[in-house]
Amino acid sequence: MTVDWSALGVVSGVSLAVVLGLVVLFATGLRAWSARESGGSVAAATALAVGCFGACAALVLFGIHLIVAR
Amino acid sequence: MDASLLVIVVVFTALAFDFTNGFHDTANSMATSIATGALKPRTAVAISAVLNLVGALLSVEVAKTISGGVVDDARITPAVVFGGLVGAIVWNLVTWYAGLPSSSSHALFGGLIGATWISSGADAVHFAKVLDKVVVPAVVAPLVAGVVALLATYLTYRLSRRTSERVKDRGFKVGQIASAALMSLAHGTNDAQKTMGIITLTLITAGTLAPGSAPPLWVVLSAAVAIALGTYLGGWRITHTLGKGLTTIEAPQGFAAQTSAATVIMASSHLGFALSTTHVASGGIMGSGLGRQVDGVRWGVAGRMALAWVFTLPAAGLVGALAGKVASLGTVGVVAVALVGVAVSVVVWLLSRREPVRPEHVVDEIAAQAQTREVAA
Repeated sequence: MTVDWSALGVVSGVSLAVVLGLVVLFATGLRAWSARESGGSVAAATALAVGCFGACAALVLFGIHLIVAR
Repeated sequence: MDASLLVIVVVFTALAFDFTNGFHDTANSMATSIATGALKPRTAVAISAVLNLVGALLSVEVAKTISGGVVDDARITPAVVFGGLVGAIVWNLVTWYAGLPSSSSHALFGGLIGATWISSGADAVHFAKVLDKVVVPAVVAPLVAGVVALLATYLTYRLSRRTSERVKDRGFKVGQIASAALMSLAHGTNDAQKTMGIITLTLITAGTLAPGSAPPLWVVLSAAVAIALGTYLGGWRITHTLGKGLTTIEAPQGFAAQTSAATVIMASSHLGFALSTTHVASGGIMGSGLGRQVDGVRWGVAGRMALAWVFTLPAAGLVGALAGKVASLGTVGVVAVALVGVAVSVVVWLLSRREPVRPEHVVDEIAAQAQTREVAA
């Protein structure tokens, strides 16, 4: 009876990194989006928000690409 | 019974199982979105159906796990697979009627293992493979999803403290829809595979395919369509338990919970772990409940669910063993098993018709709960 712990480790590690990355990007994006309304540089805030949302989408698409490519 | 006729019967039974799986599991991907009002129930279910279809076409790793080595394909016949399948379907329908989010996947493994064990002996079941690819992931994956969801929820709330309420509300509802979509895709990559695996296994046992073959295209396509149809037509009853019964869900939390569960499932699918998507989704919801507030999980409900999880494999195994034994007796046995399976399905369907839970009811229930909370506050 051998259990492939390393594969399980990979699943756990990758999931943790990807999810935390997505969550931080998305929350930061929303934070920047709401900063547009509370004064300060609208252009900078918009750019940051769009960048964050774009990065989220790219991360998800890259993940799906990895699954399909095999 | 003519072998090719039996193969056809098994293929249709497997597709029926796939259909009930979609029926059973709509809740996993869409419960949180429906509960927070991010999506209307009908829209949610339609999106979920399409993405299940797409997900089913993405990967065949899990199918290969099932067709290539959980049981000894040289020592079982299509009749045994048939018995195992009927066992799984019966268990699935009964837990569906009771509103328990038990695992379709574990029902399938239980049924298959039970039927193989009783008809060909314990050594025809490859327990090492079962342990590595099914049992250990079954325990580990929901825990991983729970821990990841806990951290993700905590971070989400922490980072959005200074986000305006309006942006937070709308933004996380959109985020939640995206994560629900991912969850449906993930469900397709793991659960539709199980049917593909079973059909491929049947074709191998019948000598139509060589051992170790990947699922043929028609198998992949038909399994994908069956799960999508089942998803579209299914699941209000369980959405009921999972959406509000377990823990009260807010949009940011639903977003964190589902992103976690979907990621864990897709990573696992890629490595061929045949997970229970139900368990992983529940693990994610519970973890996010804890991440939001320490007393955010109703442990009584969670305990009852865990109990149903533990029982699924052996219970479906018993039913599968019985059905597999009878089915392997010959034509009369196969017909008897088929009749019992159909009878149970009809009875459950008739019982469920007496008190139908429709999408409208799910929404009403949530509105009523919200009102109750306002009264209490």
